[in-house]
Amino acid sequence: MKKPFILALMTGVALTSVALAPAQAQNAGSLLNIALQDDPDTLDPATNWSFVGRHVLQQLCDKIVDINENNEIVPMLATDWNWNEDSTQLTLSIRQDAKFHDGTPVNAEAVKYNLERALTLETSRRASEISAIDNVEVIDEFTVQINLSEPSVPLLAALTDRAGMIISPAAGEEMGENFTNNPVCSGPYEFVQRVPQDFIELQKFADYHDADDYSFDRLIFRGMPDSNTRLLNLRSGQFDLIERLAATDVASVNDDPDLVSSPVVGLGYYGITINIGGDGADPDFSTSQAVREAFSLAIDREAINQVVFEGQFAVGNQPFPPTSPFYNHDLPVQPRDVEAAKALMAEAGVEQIDLELLVPTDAERQQVATLVQSMVAEVGINVDIRPTELMTLLDTARNGNFEAHLVGWSGRVDPDLNITPMLACEAAGNDAHYCSEELETILTEARAIGDMAQRQAIYAEAVEKLLTDLPIVYLYHSQWIFAHDADLEGFNPFPDGIIRLGGVTMAE
Amino acid sequence: MLRLLGHRLLQLIPTIFILSLIIFSLQHLLPGDPALALAGENPDPETVAAIRARYGLDQPIFMQYLYWVGGVLTGDLGLSMRHNLPVTTLVLQKLPVTLQLAIMGIVLALVFGVVGGVIAAVRRNTSIDYAANVVSLAGISVPNFWLGIMLILLFSIQLRWLPASGYVPLSVDWRMNLATTVMPAFVLGTAIAGIIMRHTRSAMIQALESDYVRTARAKGLSPTVVVVKHAMRNALTPIITLGALEFGALLSGAVLTEQIFAIPGFGKLIVDAVFTRDYAVVQGVVLVTALFYITLNLLADIGYILANPRLRS
Repeated sequence: MKKPFILALMTGVALTSVALAPAQAQNAGSLLNIALQDDPDTLDPATNWSFVGRHVLQQLCDKIVDINENNEIVPMLATDWNWNEDSTQLTLSIRQDAKFHDGTPVNAEAVKYNLERALTLETSRRASEISAIDNVEVIDEFTVQINLSEPSVPLLAALTDRAGMIISPAAGEEMGENFTNNPVCSGPYEFVQRVPQDFIELQKFADYHDADDYSFDRLIFRGMPDSNTRLLNLRSGQFDLIERLAATDVASVNDDPDLVSSPVVGLGYYGITINIGGDGADPDFSTSQAVREAFSLAIDREAINQVVFEGQFAVGNQPFPPTSPFYNHDLPVQPRDVEAAKALMAEAGVEQIDLELLVPTDAERQQVATLVQSMVAEVGINVDIRPTELMTLLDTARNGNFEAHLVGWSGRVDPDLNITPMLACEAAGNDAHYCSEELETILTEARAIGDMAQRQAIYAEAVEKLLTDLPIVYLYHSQWIFAHDADLEGFNPFPDGIIRLGGVTMAE
Repeated sequence: MLRLLGHRLLQLIPTIFILSLIIFSLQHLLPGDPALALAGENPDPETVAAIRARYGLDQPIFMQYLYWVGGVLTGDLGLSMRHNLPVTTLVLQKLPVTLQLAIMGIVLALVFGVVGGVIAAVRRNTSIDYAANVVSLAGISVPNFWLGIMLILLFSIQLRWLPASGYVPLSVDWRMNLATTVMPAFVLGTAIAGIIMRHTRSAMIQALESDYVRTARAKGLSPTVVVVKHAMRNALTPIITLGALEFGALLSGAVLTEQIFAIPGFGKLIVDAVFTRDYAVVQGVVLVTALFYITLNLLADIGYILANPRLRS
């Protein structure tokens, strides 16, 4: 009887020792292992649509401009930029020492090629972001002028993301739609290989103009949907850096001397969008501002933050987080006021009303919805939560066949892009089917203004209008929470949630 | 024999046809527009329309079906909208991974299940039998994701013996390949081992109580020979059938296990494809898996015919 036991024991030991050596050897060399929430989609900046794809593209492709930790626009491929007086012409000076991974130079022609490609490529996902561009002129080898069809200061902010990423025109022409399988840009890392749904490998680009700032020779990205699994892999040393740590895991990471958590409030928002003008709108909610305000007043945002997110997120009531320079501090988050909400319901002449709320199936938003349900029930609003798979939900919402949904927006650098795509009358993403001429006028005016103080003043007006009409009841702003090995030094999170590796090193 | 085989093969044609119809229509019954799924956050209608045209989603549904079937007949499973790669390439890339995990899982399950079951039957109603029962019940009831996480905690975080995730192909480094697949294979194997152990135990008990075993004992054969040569040989027939069925199930991809260990197999491929409405990938993977099932079934039929002469007539 003892023989099989000993045999099994010996096999186990043999297997382990075989496995032991390579598992340790893997940690050698200047390699950075990064776990993302998902496997990225295309690696072509013109067609990429997933958030995780931006982490990889940021290392591969330099952009015209970038943002810093304070969400201010800073030079990248453009060393300098100027607007004409009415904000219809943007002139860029391109740096003269930048090269693509295939050795060809980055110049004004390349910028022109890329902007035109993003506008005209059949499956471009960037066209709507830079639709204000009328044409692009090459002034000299390193100067390019973008002429707009209407004033649009937010265009510069769009160039801090994929719309501003410049690919090699030679590679773009040669590979066409296959560019995604072998991307060639001018970023600090160049493409080595990709095994779909497994990993993406990049290596340091030796001719990068700021190569000294990048200490890792190789980067490996892997997609792991479960945040708990990402954390386990970080703890095991399999990864050095992970994105989107669950808020509920922050405390345990902070207690671990080998790990560091690194949070930053994002640019986006989560809120409940109420159908106002669509076919499926609930008449009580769509016609009565008082009912929407009662709904908003009945919600305790801080309680949601504490219960669901362990206080890690930021409560909010506007399209931008309180950390944004565009947040209207005259209209802060109001505390929950059940009596005032009831009074508003009475003013609207209703006692008990129903609202069907579509909620994506992730656990966090389900929890938020349940809390909202119990809070607003106290003022006579009976919320019926309908967990709906995200794609189905978006399809329904675009058609206007819903009463309310809890989705959110990942956020953009410019304040305009946190409002216009969701609330301008003709916007494709206007799920609320809301249309206000007053808001349209404010937003159009705002897009022509470059001066910061004036912009703050005019977006304060827009926020005031939104908080009156309440097509979206804003609830909270998520944090991008990264976690990494304590030996990883110099890592700073940016408000757009994208990993940047300049100045990041691994202690010996 | 040949006529019987020909008959079985002919039956496959309507089966596969009906199968293709079911796969195609079920997929298209899913709500949610694939073009919208691929257009990104807040897309404009022109982009959505362009994507729809690019992948033929603007065609009538029966035309889409005909295009797909036409492609399949020529070995083209279509183009993945998410990866911009032929589905055939993706399937061929993932198949060896899933196949390896399935083989390792089933081998582990058979070894532990059969050995455990036989020991439990031979030592019926002793503490060894009770222990085997507890282990097999645990194998069946412990969820894969929990066991996976516990293994990672023990072997990757505490002991640091094995990598917590990832996959290295056998051709690249066989040791790393073993290191990355042993935990997921163990997780997959335990659940099946539990089932096999219980079946083996009851089949063995039945065999051990039968007349021919009593005769063998009476002849003075050693207990090992009686158990291994006489009882086990007969008791194992249903176990092989069970193993084949479980193996077929493993080939359709072990969704949760692959997610936990970041193994790039069929399970991960199909889950992502369903969520992004990557029709061609879902259809391709389901079709290939179904064909595997059908082939396994056919092979099992042939095996029975070969093993049992009475079936040949």
